[in-house]
Amino acid sequence: MDLLWQGIKEAIRLLLGGDPEVFAIVLLSLRVSLIATATSLILGVPTGMALALSRFGGRRFLISLVNVGMGIPPVVVGLMVAILLWRSGPLGFLGIMYSPLAIIIAQTLIAFPIVTGLTLAAVQQLNPKVRLQILALGASRWQMLWILAREARLSILAAAMAGFGGVISEVGASMMVGGNILGQTRVLTTATVLETSKGNFDVALALSTILFALAYTITLALTVVQQREKAP
Amino acid sequence: MLSRVTGLCTLILGLLCFWAANGLTSTGQPVMNRIIILATTTSTQDSGLLDLLVPLFQIKTSYVVKTIAVGTGQALAMGRRGDADVLLVHAPEEEKTFMAAGHGIKRQPFMYNDFVLVGPTSDPAKMAKAKSAAEALRQIAASKTLFLSRGDNSGTHILEKQLWMRAGIQPAERWHQQSGQGMGQTLIIASEKSAYTLTDRATYLKLKRRIELTILLEGDPELLNTYSLLQVNPLKSSKINSAGAQAFVDFMLAPETLDLIRTFGLEQYGQPLFHLLKK
Repeated sequence: MDLLWQGIKEAIRLLLGGDPEVFAIVLLSLRVSLIATATSLILGVPTGMALALSRFGGRRFLISLVNVGMGIPPVVVGLMVAILLWRSGPLGFLGIMYSPLAIIIAQTLIAFPIVTGLTLAAVQQLNPKVRLQILALGASRWQMLWILAREARLSILAAAMAGFGGVISEVGASMMVGGNILGQTRVLTTATVLETSKGNFDVALALSTILFALAYTITLALTVVQQREKAP
Repeated sequence: MLSRVTGLCTLILGLLCFWAANGLTSTGQPVMNRIIILATTTSTQDSGLLDLLVPLFQIKTSYVVKTIAVGTGQALAMGRRGDADVLLVHAPEEEKTFMAAGHGIKRQPFMYNDFVLVGPTSDPAKMAKAKSAAEALRQIAASKTLFLSRGDNSGTHILEKQLWMRAGIQPAERWHQQSGQGMGQTLIIASEKSAYTLTDRATYLKLKRRIELTILLEGDPELLNTYSLLQVNPLKSSKINSAGAQAFVDFMLAPETLDLIRTFGLEQYGQPLFHLLKK
């Protein structure tokens, strides 16, 4: 218990003391995970809507892939991205292994199925009559999609929160494709692992506390926006 | 109607996204041929040695070093595939095989420390009186006390396997378990489980105040831990930064750097963590 208290004190000290190293790690974590979440929303929301609204052969198979992807271990995604991005891999010529961009790619792949799956479920749950009604009122196809997305916005915000929560907290992929390099790719989760193996449990706990506070703040902001929508 | 709080939240979220996207351009890579990938063992990172040396090197030469701390086995595999430029590892036998197969152009042993056998103070296997590492392991095996192995093909694990072989013992799963993790984590687990384990002295000293394990056997010449610098053969791939690897090796072997290595940890632990090999 002593250790827990020490960790919280250390977290406050690191934050208020403005430790530049910790500050850089926090900023990088936030930046990488926000970009990954935003990208996965840009790709995942249209994919989820397309899967929800269209009918074609192999659709169920694709949906099952998305659903299993929602639970894919980050370390598996990390390994696959690493195999592609290593110098000896097919995309090695890009030279982006062990860079923040590599982490963004891996995290986007982790969040993409989560966003797609939740969007899919949300859009399918809308009353099918709504769709007919919108079309009957003379809306174009794109207008209809826009209105449906607006109807499902609460769930899409939930998808954003789930995606963000998934990527800011993952460690396997960030470690593998980022390499945990100080000043370049060290994020909160990988730094926590390193400090634990160094035996600096108080610093590790402090980093965890900061990570939790960060994830909570972002989620709280999204929740406020989401719950506002509920008011009649 | 938008309430003030939700408006503020939307604004903050929007600004955050803007700032993050703005960062996309600044997360770009430095010029390719200024990047060196150093694959190394966990002990050089966990002990804090590289955190001291790498920034100095970067300031001096304007190279950017990407330090990837993995086990020696994985570091050598990265070298074999051409995924690293320079290796800092500690498994002499495997390194010689690596060189003989033409994966490297130069191997320079330059520093050492030693491995120690640690375990609970009560020493249930009574191995502290053993005269060699092999004898100590035989005693652990005889008493069937838990021994925690790295099990990750790291330099430490490779040595451990050699020691069991020399002791003529095939460890049984019941008392010989694998953590599959780095040295620091393995020591923490061994401490929690009151198990014996083999560790490099640097990592042990670093963690000493956090764990309940004592050094029970040391000083056997078999337990010498030699670190070498290996330069990966540039013929493997056009992407290998041979000049960068050379610059890093030159820096590591320069007299000023060697002085830093020789005294590293002296102040904090009362003894240096690494010693220099005599030329």
